[in-house]
Amino acid sequence: MAVFGPKANLAVNAALVGAGGLFLTLLLMIWVVPVSGYNTLERYVPVQPVPFSHKHHVSGLGLDCRYCHATVEVSQNAGMPATKVCMTCHSQIWTNAALLAPVRQSLAEDKSLRWTRVYTLPDYVYFDHSIHIAKGVGCTECHGPIGDMPLTWKATTLYMSWCLSCHRNPAPHLRPLNDVFDPHWRRSPETPSGAQLMAAYHIHPKTLSDCGVCHR
Amino acid sequence: MTVRSAILLSALAIALAACDNMANQRKRLPYELPYGEQAKNWPALPPDGVVARDEEPVSPPPVTMSLLKRGQERFDIYCTPCHSLIGDGDGMIVHRGFPRPPSYSIQRLRDAPAQHFYDVIANGYGVMFPYADRVAPADRWAIVAYIRALQASADGRLDDVPPDQRGTLQ
Repeated sequence: MAVFGPKANLAVNAALVGAGGLFLTLLLMIWVVPVSGYNTLERYVPVQPVPFSHKHHVSGLGLDCRYCHATVEVSQNAGMPATKVCMTCHSQIWTNAALLAPVRQSLAEDKSLRWTRVYTLPDYVYFDHSIHIAKGVGCTECHGPIGDMPLTWKATTLYMSWCLSCHRNPAPHLRPLNDVFDPHWRRSPETPSGAQLMAAYHIHPKTLSDCGVCHR
Repeated sequence: MTVRSAILLSALAIALAACDNMANQRKRLPYELPYGEQAKNWPALPPDGVVARDEEPVSPPPVTMSLLKRGQERFDIYCTPCHSLIGDGDGMIVHRGFPRPPSYSIQRLRDAPAQHFYDVIANGYGVMFPYADRVAPADRWAIVAYIRALQASADGRLDDVPPDQRGTLQ
């Protein structure tokens, strides 16, 4: 009598294919899923109480970022506009638009609009907008083509490796201070080189990737 | 299992359990809703008569080039949507139907004291909303200085420009 029956080959093959499949699935789970947009929420557009368009207000109308995000130069937080900032114009323009009903309601009831956060950092990361602005990091370096977004989406993974890619080599991400808020800025032949800007801003990459720069 | 290792194991279990939520710590961050005791009395409105920390009045600073530059930058951010880059009241929002503000070069505003512009920035005027929360007192004076520069330039002539810089105007 044979030790292995006629179905033994099938069982071994099935086990081998199964093990291979399991191995590939594990690889996928470990290396592909974490960096996929499904996990990082990259390009994800959260639902907002009002479908605010940066494309219309920034590229179309030419409003400066700081018109609404007024504390971005002086505070860690860029600042979300109070309802009164919206109503500066919308008390006179589009006063009956259904889309803006939540804004009018917010003003009438004296209750803040609760926008959905697009960029979330873990609580152990201490990001500060003002220092990045002061050192010539443009808004679009992290916020992507924000001036062309009809609805706001997350343009980066916000992974620590992504933060470090710039903290270790800041030069390609710097621009002259006058261009920081220009969402369509492109490097031109007249632009000072990254190395020149690093020197001008006193940026020292050696200490820029120390733990304590972002974690306390 | 000895008592000792049981204690060690449970301590480890507690320590690992605490690892879970470092991304969401119980601390107040800007724009996050309060929790616990604070949440009962929310929103916490300041009592009447409270003045914001950075709302301390500043006396008019001497007019310097850097003050004018600062004023120009702040004016371009906060004022140009309605008042336009040159202050004639023909801004982008006015094109979209906002009531047109007066030009800075009319006689009434040329005669107006600097304090008038400061107060309008802080408190608003007519359909203009207050900008006190976005333009700090020192910046208000910078904008006032720049408005005076716009008024002076409104009836400037080519002769007023230094000869070596006239080429840049063409």
